[in-house]
Amino acid sequence: MLVIKDLHANVNGKEILSGINLTVNPGEIHAIMGPNGSGKSTLSAVLAGNPVFEVTKGEVYFQGKNLLEMAPEDRAREGVFLSFQYPVEIPGVSMVNFMRTAINEHRKYNNLEPISASDFLKLMREKKEIVELDTKLTNRSVNEGFSGGEKKRNEIFQMAMLNPKLSILDETDSGLDIDALRIVANGVNQLKNSDNASIVITHYQRLLEYIVPDFVHILYKGRIVKTAGKELALILEEKGYDWIKQEIEE
Amino acid sequence: MVKQQYITLYQQYAHIIKEKSAPLLNSIRDAAFKRFEELGFPVKRDKDYEYIDIQSSYDHDFGLNLNRVSLDVDPYKVFTCDVPNIQSYLCFIVNDTFYANPEPKISLPKGVIVASLNEICTTHPDLVKPYLFKNMDWDNDSNQAFNATFAQDGLFIYVPKNVVVDVPIQLVNLMHGNDDLLAVNHNLIIVEEGASVKLLVCDHASNEKKYLANRLTEIFVGKNASYEHYKIENTHNQTMNLGTVLVHQDDDSRFLSNTLTLHNGITRNNITVHVDGQNAEAIVGGLAIGDKTQKIDNYVSMNHLKPNSTSLQLFKYILDDQAKGVFTGKIIIKEDAQKIAAYQTCKTICLTNTATINTKPQLEIFADDVKCSHGATVGQLDETALFYLRSRGIPINEAKLLLMYAFVHDVLEHISVDAVKDRIRLLVEKRLRGELSKCNGCVICK
Repeated sequence: MLVIKDLHANVNGKEILSGINLTVNPGEIHAIMGPNGSGKSTLSAVLAGNPVFEVTKGEVYFQGKNLLEMAPEDRAREGVFLSFQYPVEIPGVSMVNFMRTAINEHRKYNNLEPISASDFLKLMREKKEIVELDTKLTNRSVNEGFSGGEKKRNEIFQMAMLNPKLSILDETDSGLDIDALRIVANGVNQLKNSDNASIVITHYQRLLEYIVPDFVHILYKGRIVKTAGKELALILEEKGYDWIKQEIEE
Repeated sequence: MVKQQYITLYQQYAHIIKEKSAPLLNSIRDAAFKRFEELGFPVKRDKDYEYIDIQSSYDHDFGLNLNRVSLDVDPYKVFTCDVPNIQSYLCFIVNDTFYANPEPKISLPKGVIVASLNEICTTHPDLVKPYLFKNMDWDNDSNQAFNATFAQDGLFIYVPKNVVVDVPIQLVNLMHGNDDLLAVNHNLIIVEEGASVKLLVCDHASNEKKYLANRLTEIFVGKNASYEHYKIENTHNQTMNLGTVLVHQDDDSRFLSNTLTLHNGITRNNITVHVDGQNAEAIVGGLAIGDKTQKIDNYVSMNHLKPNSTSLQLFKYILDDQAKGVFTGKIIIKEDAQKIAAYQTCKTICLTNTATINTKPQLEIFADDVKCSHGATVGQLDETALFYLRSRGIPINEAKLLLMYAFVHDVLEHISVDAVKDRIRLLVEKRLRGELSKCNGCVICK
């Protein structure tokens, strides 16, 4: 589904990603862990097409298509979804209008008619339940005045609405209390099936108790330095990152 | 000098102007002319006119209809004005002349008058006299002195005590002619105690001629009365519009104005409010969308003369290409006007490096127990928000549109008539999409 080959990326002239290689197949969940500043969020931003980052080398293929050549909106409509670490507040754009526009743009991309008002409302109702999102929130402006937990739940709600093939969750657990974490993880698990895949970026093992990964990768200095099964997360929890750093430097 | 042209013009034709106007309208004409002769047009060295040159608007050789030659066509038939979905009491000012609606679709409540000011000055001088020119400051304001020198007609609205006019009155200011024209007119609106009325003003130009309009509106909002003023300007880039709105508010009254500039050449809106009563509310909002070389200069002077009132100024600008915006917002609070809450916000998005905005808050507060604030921002579209929308599959142009629309939406929220709000929303959306070229977004002018 996703093939990343030797990906290098800069921000403001400074190299953050220094040769990432990663393959994600349908049905898989990949966790990416790593110390602060290792490039985790950069990787997710580059995959989503954030223009702030400049890809200097390497290739990314998504379902056989060259992802790096696509505009962010096309990546989204091809089925890539990024759950933002810091969801953006957009005063004046209502959640309803935002979601209707997004859904219809996806449909247009696939040569489908715009969604009917009643189907749209039904869809909203259905998906809100997945993340236990308050009805009132959907009548408000995008993320405006949402609490940290509500913002993250709203990300998963959008993911549910858009039904992506590849979802990238960028530190979706940060700033969540244990109940919100459970709700968010629950939502992600409900959306999981054998055709889609997830990349879960996290600092902590905690989230992985709820969203069980098939692979855990450790990102350090812009490279994946270790890949193993879910047990790797437990080792990290116990020992921290120092042993990895030592191993690399030896 | 351009001033001299108009001095000569008046000296030559004053007798005709007077002959064709009601005596009441002539009552200050010579005095106003004398002041204009001394003051001249506003120039850039005047602090209130420093960013956009108004004087040069008059440079061009415009025709004036001093002889009151009436139009050879009936505007109600020729200009099928039917802003969709808006039920309104429609009337026209074509160039500078009021044309009463011969067959209004809506009947007005008893006692309400919508008529030509020139006619009313003759038929009901006692009704007009206590108000006419009373809001003006033509002795100090050259623009007003010019208006009083040349104005011969305009719209007159009278809403008697405790009468509520539900349906908005719609005034279409239409510039139409075979030659380049200057129109000067004077409107007078009297809303008596406990009465309520809404006026929707649409500024249009029917063809590609050069037009200059100097329009002045005096508004008197009585005790516990309410008046709403929506102005939509949708002309073309050969049109210059100098609009003056002078408001006097009594106790417990409410005044709301919303000025939307969608298409124009050069526009100057002067809005002066005298909140001369307690527990009154004044909201002055505006939205300007400019591209190419459009110039939009909004000037607000909010004067609190009595205590316990509130006011808000809220303006938004979206400027593209080389468009130029100016906002001057004055808040003047007199010594005894305690417990005033007066706020002001002006926000601008410049879409290009060549678009410019000058915003100037001027607060003069002589009372010591008031709440006042002012704020101005100038920026571009938020890149992070843009990426967020795109990351959900919304194409860049659509995402920009959503953000621009979101940027202006709070100005539109102040519009109380839903049909007007919907219509304006649609116009704004079309304008932002670039689909609205001069008049044809609206079916008023064919």
